[in-house]
Formats: sequence, structure tokens, C-alpha cells
Amino acid sequence: MSRTIHIDPITRLEGHGKIDIFLNDAGDVDRAYFQVPELRGFEKFAEGRACEDMPQITSRICGVCPMAHHMAAAKALDDLYKVDPPAPAKKLRELIYNIFTVEDHALHFYFLGGPDFVVGPGAPKAERNILGVIGKVGLEVGKQVIAARKELRELINRMCGKVIHPVFGLPGGVSKPMKKEEQQLFIDAADRAVEFGKFSLKVFDDIVLANSQYVDWIVSDTYTHKTYYMGLVDENNKVNFYDGKLRVVKPDGSEYVKFNPGDYLDHVAEHVEPWSYIKFCYLKNVGWKGFEDGEQSGVYSVAPLARLNASTGMATPLAQEAYEKMFATLGGKPVHHTLANHWARLVELLYAAERMKELANDPEIADPNVRAIPKNKPAEGVGVVEAPRGTLFHHYKTDDRGVMTHANLIVATQNNAARIALSVDKAAKGLIKKGEVNDALLNMVEMAFRAYDPCHGCATHALPGQMPLVVRLHDSGMNVVSEVKRN
Amino acid sequence: MSDAAAFEPRIVAFFCNWCTYTAADLTGVSRMAYEPNVRVIRVMCSGRIDPEFILAALREGADGVLIGGCHPGDCHYIEGNYKMLRRYRLLLKYLRAMGVDERRVRLEWIAASEGDKVQRVVNELTWTIRELGPLALPVMPQPEGAGASEESALAEANA
Amino acid sequence: MSKPKAGFNWFASCGGCEEAVVDLHEAILDVVAAVDIVFWPCAMDFKKDDVRAMRDGEMDVCFINGAIRTSEEEEIAHLLRRKTKIVIAFGSCSHMGGIPGLGNLFTRDEILEHDFTQSFSVVNPEKTYPQEVTKVPEGEVELPRFLDYVRSLNQVIDVDYYLPGCPPPVALLRNAVQAVLSGELPPRGTVLAPDKALCQECPRLDSKPDDLAITEFKRPQEIIIDEEKCLLAQGLLCLGPATRSGCGAPCVNGNMPCTGCLGPTSRVKDYGLSTMTVFASLFESKDEKEIDELVDKIVDPVGSFNRYSLPSTFLHRKANV
Ligand code: SF4
Ligand code: SF4
Ligand code: SF4
Ligand code: FES
Repeated sequence: MSRTIHIDPITRLEGHGKIDIFLNDAGDVDRAYFQVPELRGFEKFAEGRACEDMPQITSRICGVCPMAHHMAAAKALDDLYKVDPPAPAKKLRELIYNIFTVEDHALHFYFLGGPDFVVGPGAPKAERNILGVIGKVGLEVGKQVIAARKELRELINRMCGKVIHPVFGLPGGVSKPMKKEEQQLFIDAADRAVEFGKFSLKVFDDIVLANSQYVDWIVSDTYTHKTYYMGLVDENNKVNFYDGKLRVVKPDGSEYVKFNPGDYLDHVAEHVEPWSYIKFCYLKNVGWKGFEDGEQSGVYSVAPLARLNASTGMATPLAQEAYEKMFATLGGKPVHHTLANHWARLVELLYAAERMKELANDPEIADPNVRAIPKNKPAEGVGVVEAPRGTLFHHYKTDDRGVMTHANLIVATQNNAARIALSVDKAAKGLIKKGEVNDALLNMVEMAFRAYDPCHGCATHALPGQMPLVVRLHDSGMNVVSEVKRN
Repeated sequence: MSDAAAFEPRIVAFFCNWCTYTAADLTGVSRMAYEPNVRVIRVMCSGRIDPEFILAALREGADGVLIGGCHPGDCHYIEGNYKMLRRYRLLLKYLRAMGVDERRVRLEWIAASEGDKVQRVVNELTWTIRELGPLALPVMPQPEGAGASEESALAEANA
Repeated sequence: MSKPKAGFNWFASCGGCEEAVVDLHEAILDVVAAVDIVFWPCAMDFKKDDVRAMRDGEMDVCFINGAIRTSEEEEIAHLLRRKTKIVIAFGSCSHMGGIPGLGNLFTRDEILEHDFTQSFSVVNPEKTYPQEVTKVPEGEVELPRFLDYVRSLNQVIDVDYYLPGCPPPVALLRNAVQAVLSGELPPRGTVLAPDKALCQECPRLDSKPDDLAITEFKRPQEIIIDEEKCLLAQGLLCLGPATRSGCGAPCVNGNMPCTGCLGPTSRVKDYGLSTMTVFASLFESKDEKEIDELVDKIVDPVGSFNRYSLPSTFLHRKANV
């Protein structure tokens, strides 16, 4: 009797991500399908819009990481008009972008994915949220987290009009300069952010690393995939969120290719499956070989762990230390353990804070020269940034008045979609035996994809970072024979 | 073609009281026949016509709209007809973008004495729309009571 | 007295409206303490049947964000309506259709074709499209169908109040929660924001000329934008004169024009049309050619005037789709 398990992690009322698991007659897993049943058509309805509206329109793809779309769009517009923003404008953009990254990584670690670890995968579900984190680390610390986010978000508001859906980026620069008297606010906040970054890594040390069981989780085979990794790097091959070249490493960690973002079409392609609205990215020159890992398969991964794997280190001292420690502890580069994304995220948080500090102190940061007026006719442009959840591509074509004729957007989760599907399939196969499904299993399957912080999921929408899960077993007549519910 | 032949356009006309409306009267008095497809709404000045009235008419089933105002310089409220002209030019661009053939909405300056122009313009517009066919705006299911706002916009125009 | 029962739900949305709730920061703890949250899909396991099991009107208030794109969303909207005393449309998507509403310029098929066959990076020689039901070797996998069009919430169910904005300003949200808690609510159908134009609360109002005459439009990339002067007076298409206030003009503070996310004031039926009327009446020229040159500078009237409101216009959708 073959059966279907249907996991709808979001609640069936919303439906932004679901998993169907098919069991064979023995009750073992045949195949798990990770689906994205959502499509909003931004690429199509970008057509006909004025190109300068793209930073504001595309930010509405995601209200959790609007800044990533906003910046990728602004960079695509620079390229579209072939205009080079003045140095202070680039620095301001990068400063704001790093502030956003600190704040967003903190959101994920403390509110969304982190509770799995901080509170513990085996803890009662009611505690696996920010309140549970506060219980574990103390109310003072909890307040510090909320205060840190508030301060950073208010700084973004100050420069960008709105933190949710900014109005900052323009072709050739930004809408307004930082005032001299504002600079100190940013410098002070950066100092606090660096402390916050160090503190967060310590939380990880004390709670996760001190517990050998957690480490076993991280390195367990169920959460391991040997794929290619992609990330943006600077001229020294160090991680950069705002600008640089894309570097791809092979599953063995050696460089596979390094390319200019504008050449992405030579390297990245998307595959369509009839059972999901999300497209699956792969490395074009390796080819689509199905849902497989290994060097022969074009499946690659993005997001914090991938960025660390794809680089040779961090450009700031404290983050570099943390980077070395992570790889030393997990057995050297590259690390293929999906759950290590949480650790990598904190290494990045510290880097973003240190970079914020460098830029806030830069004498040029409050220079009023933040705009270059485009002189060329617009035609075609590509903009790439590292969103917290991975590489984000915006590619626009316009007529010579700057009216959009074509938009191609590849969001982080698309880059990761094939690997997420692999992770879910593997977790299901590793954890479901003889038709037995229990609550712990649901957690673990959920953790497999929550580690990526998939942008379309409830993971990014949820306040307490707790997703309801329902698994239903169907017999071949599609009757529900049992149901396991997590609440 | 038989379908097209059977189609009779419904046209809403907003005529300025001081010029075009009087001209339309004159057409009647002079027994100048014109196509019977037009329903005239009298307004005090073309400047009083809000684009909301025009779109409300289309939404309510009109296949075309005709606006008649005083010739430039002749408006009783000095600049009403220029106001209408500016709105009209912007509205046409919007209509094109929204997939409505701009020939369905026509603005003409018709003085009180130009009964023949009323006849010509009404006929031309009717024939054009006959050719274009019904407007047939795509429908979206609406809950009970939706559309009330559009009626009131028309009622306002009538007042 | 027992605490009021509250619910939250979202449909086709970006998540920014939820983030706006999180941006209440500490104040969110007060909200959680004052109401009994009986329904929050991301926080609790929740099934349609659970809502069905509620008495009609059992929930005192439900905040709903996001536009309606699928038939499933439509069904749930009706269900929530029956079970809730006060439905509040939360955010532009729910209030007027929002940015996803721009999808009404295209058909569903055009969107699918673009995404799955025409996009630059897609490799799909077999022209595979996502299917509502796919036979896979192991069985069948289903996807929901999305409708041909996007609708605002009040195009699907009766809505009691609206909290406008993309996302709604935190101050308005705080006021709305207080109004619900105190029971001091305005008449049904009210938009819970001040009923006057944004210019009235704009810090640059003083530099807006009383007899402003527009002779030229500028696009933001064409000029260095003065940080003090009224944006409209600088030739930018600032929608402040036609948009409801209540946000404190954050976009203007970011030195960019208002794009109208709070929508119109109460007397306006079609935000885009009334905005166009406001602007057209500021044009200086009386010459058709000159007027057309000015109009020509507005390269995307729909995206400029109806960026957040297309489904709620008289036309609702592009006509020839
Ligand atoms: S109203 Fe704006 S912030 Fe809210 S869901 Fe819609 S797009 Fe996002
Ligand atoms: S037009 Fe814009 S900038 Fe000028 S006063 Fe109004 S809201 Fe402010
Ligand atoms: S200034 Fe305009 S676009 Fe910006 S938040 Fe206010 S109403 Fe919305
Ligand atoms: S009075 Fe006739 S158009 Fe103004």
C-alpha cells in the first residue's frame, strides 16, 4: 500500500511552501517533493514601468528583505545607464546594506531559525521562539536584541525614508547624503553592533557548541550535501555583500569559476518542474542532471554557508577569526552541513557590523556628493547583491526612454531551490522508516529547510519563529489514515 | 460581419450647457437627423467633467463617451475648457495604457450655433464605435453592493 | 470583562505588513497582553475547520493584509467575514489591491509564459509549465490555481475599516488598536487615517507655491534633488496633493516623491483618476501640443498614478486582456 505524506508547513490557509512525501509499500520514502505554490508575476508586470521605479516596486517582493531588492535594483540601474555613482554614494549604499544585514541576520538567529538551536531541537515547541530564547539567555539579553534591532532599523529609516520599502537608491547614486551631524549616530551604533556580533557568537558558543549533541546534529549525514557554492567576493576573494565578482567553488572547495555579475547568463540557468512554481537554478556549464549532489551535477547553493565556502575569508579581523574557528571546528573547507548556515550567519553578522564600523568612520561617508546624473541612454543592466538569504540577480532591459521591456529576477531561494529540495528529500528518507512518523521527525524535516531561511516561507513571516506542521498519511485511496500534528 | 451589424453602440455625451447642449437643441429644432445612440448629460461647463464621470460611464456599459465644450476663449467660466483639455490629453494616455481604444472618448469644441457639427461628430463617433465593436470591459466578480460608488459618480454628474 | 478576541491573516502579500507589526517593538507586548489572539496562522496551527467551528461573529476583530489572487484565498476571506465582527483591511494590498495588483495589466497566461519560457535564464525547450495536478512516478502532486486577476479585500467581502499604507505607518496601527480596544470606532467604512492631503503634514509645505503651475516634469534621475524644497515645485511627480496623510511623509523625508501608498481621501472614488485630475489642472499650457509634450514625460501613467490601487479603479484591469 503506497501512501502520501503531505506536510504543509505554513498552514493550508496560506500556502507558500509545502512538502509531499510518498512512501512505498514498505513504508519507506520513495521521494519527497518540496513545492512552492506561489507566483506573483513581478517580472511580467515590471514591463511598461519606468525603470527608476524598480527599486521601489521590486522591494515589495519581500517585506522582510526589501533592502536587498532595493539595492540590487539600484545597481542594475547604474549598469543600465552606464553611470558610476560617486564614491560617497557607493559607501553610503554599502553602509546601509551592512546595517540591514546585521539587523536581518539578528532577526533570523533570534526570532526565526535560531530558536531551534538556542532553545534546543528537543525542547517543547511552545518554547521554540523568541520568548524561549529570552528564557534561555535572560531577559536583559532579550531586551538587548530588541533594542539593537530597533536602533538599526531607525538608522535605516533616517537615511532611506522607510525601512520597509526604502526610497534610497537611484541610478547613479542615492537620494540624499548623510549629514555631518548624523555621522556620530552611525559610529556609535556601529560600536554597539560589533559588540552585539561578538555577543551573538558567544551565545552560539555557550549554547550550541558546548553541547556535543548539537554538534553531532550539525555534522550528521542527514543534513549534508556536497554541492557547488556561490558567493560575491571582493578583489581578495573575501566575502562582500554589496559588490564584487561571483565566485563558485566545486564540492571539493577548489575554484570552479569566477565571473562578472553581468555575465551571469553564461553561468546560471533555471530548470522548470511541473510540480512547483519556483524554478530550480543550476550551473549552466555543468548542466541539469536532476536532483543530485556531487561535482557532476549543476546544483549549487547560496546563503551564509555558501558564501563562506566560496570565499577565502572575511575582510575584517574579528570575523576572520570567527571564520577560521568555524572551519577548524567543522573539519576544514568546504563545509557541506546545511545546519552550519546558522553559524556562518553569525560570522557574517559580525563582519557586517565591523564593515559598518569602517564605513561609518570613513571621512567620505558624510560627503554631499552622492549623485551622478546619467548621461547615456538606458539599455540593459544587471545588478547583483548578496541578500541575507543568498545571491540576488536583477536584470533589466528598457527602451531608450528607460521604460522596462524585460525583467529577469533570480532570488536567493531560487538559487537554493534544488538543494533545498535535496535536503528535504534526504531528511525525509533518513528520518521516516516503515511508515513511522513522529513529532521529532517533523522538526527535523522542518529544520532542514529552515536553515536556508527560505524567503518565501512562513519562516520569514513568522513572529515567534514557530511553524505549525501537519503530516497526513494517506492510503492509496487518498483517505487520511493518520495525522500527526505539531502545535 | 452580421454581429457587428447588429451591435448598436451606447454613447454617453457630456455637453456644456452654454454651447454644445444648445447646439444639440438646435440640431433637433432644425430636424437634422443624427444617429440615435447618444444619451446626453448636461453639465454647466466642460471643466466640470471629472475623468471619474467618463470612466464611470464606460464601466456602466457605455461603449464611448463624447464631451462637448465651448471653443477656446469662449468658456463662460474663462478656463473650464482648458482644464478639460489638459485632463483629456492625460486621460487618453492612461486609456491607451489600460487597453481602451482612445477613439472611444472624444472631445470637441462645439459652439451654440454649430448644430451641424453636433450632427457630424455624433455620427462619426457612432460609426467609429460601431466598427470598434462593444467595449466589453473584462469583469471581475464583485461582492454585493460594489459598483455603488460608480453610480453615485454618474448621479453626481447628472446633478 | 473578557479580552477581545483578535485574529490576523494574510493573503497575497510581501510580509512587510507583518514586519510593520514587529516594528511596534516593545509596544507589541502591550498589544499581546490586551487581546486574546485566537488566530494567527504563522503562530499557531490553524485549519479551515477550526474557523468553521467558531460561532459566527466569535472573533471581535481580524486584521487582514494582502490582495486576493487565488480561489482559496477568496473562500477563506468569506469564512473569516462570517466569523468576525470587525474586519480591518490592513495595508495597500488589502485596501486597494497594492503592488501585486499591477498584475492586472497582464493575463495569467502572459505571466506564466514569461516566467517559465521567455525569461532570459530559463532553459525549458519542452515548454513545461507548472500544473495544478502533476502525475509523478510515486503519485500525484497538486498546486493551487491562481486566478486571472487580483482583487482588493472589499471586492471580495464587506470590509469594516481600512488601515492604509504600504506598509501602514506604525502610528496609525497603534491608533487603530487603541480604537478597537476602547470601542470608540468611527462609522463603518472609514479609512483609519486623517482625511486630508499629505501636503498638509509635509515638512516642505512652506515651499510649495500656492499658484503652482507645472511647465515640465522631471524624473528623479535627471536632477539633483533639493532637500528642502517642495518636490512638486522641483518638477517631480509627487503625489502628496492627492494622497491621504497620516504617514508623516517619510518618502519626502527620504528626498523622494510620494508615490501614493495611503491612497485617496474619503471623497474620491478612483484614486488614479482623481490624481490625474489634480495634476492636469496644474498644467500651465493651453496648447494641445505642449500639453502632450508634458503628458509624454509621464512614461507610465498606470504605474505612476495607480501603483498601489489598480484593482480598485473603475477599470480594475487592462481592458483588452
Ligand atoms: S501593503 Fe505593502 S507592505 Fe503590506 S503586504 Fe502589501 S506590499 Fe507588503
Ligand atoms: S507636493 Fe510633495 S513635497 Fe510638495 S508639499 Fe506636497 S507632499 Fe510635500
Ligand atoms: S509619503 Fe506617500 S508613498 Fe510615502 S508612505 Fe506616505 S503616502 Fe506612502
Ligand atoms: S462654459 Fe462651455 S466649456 Fe466652460
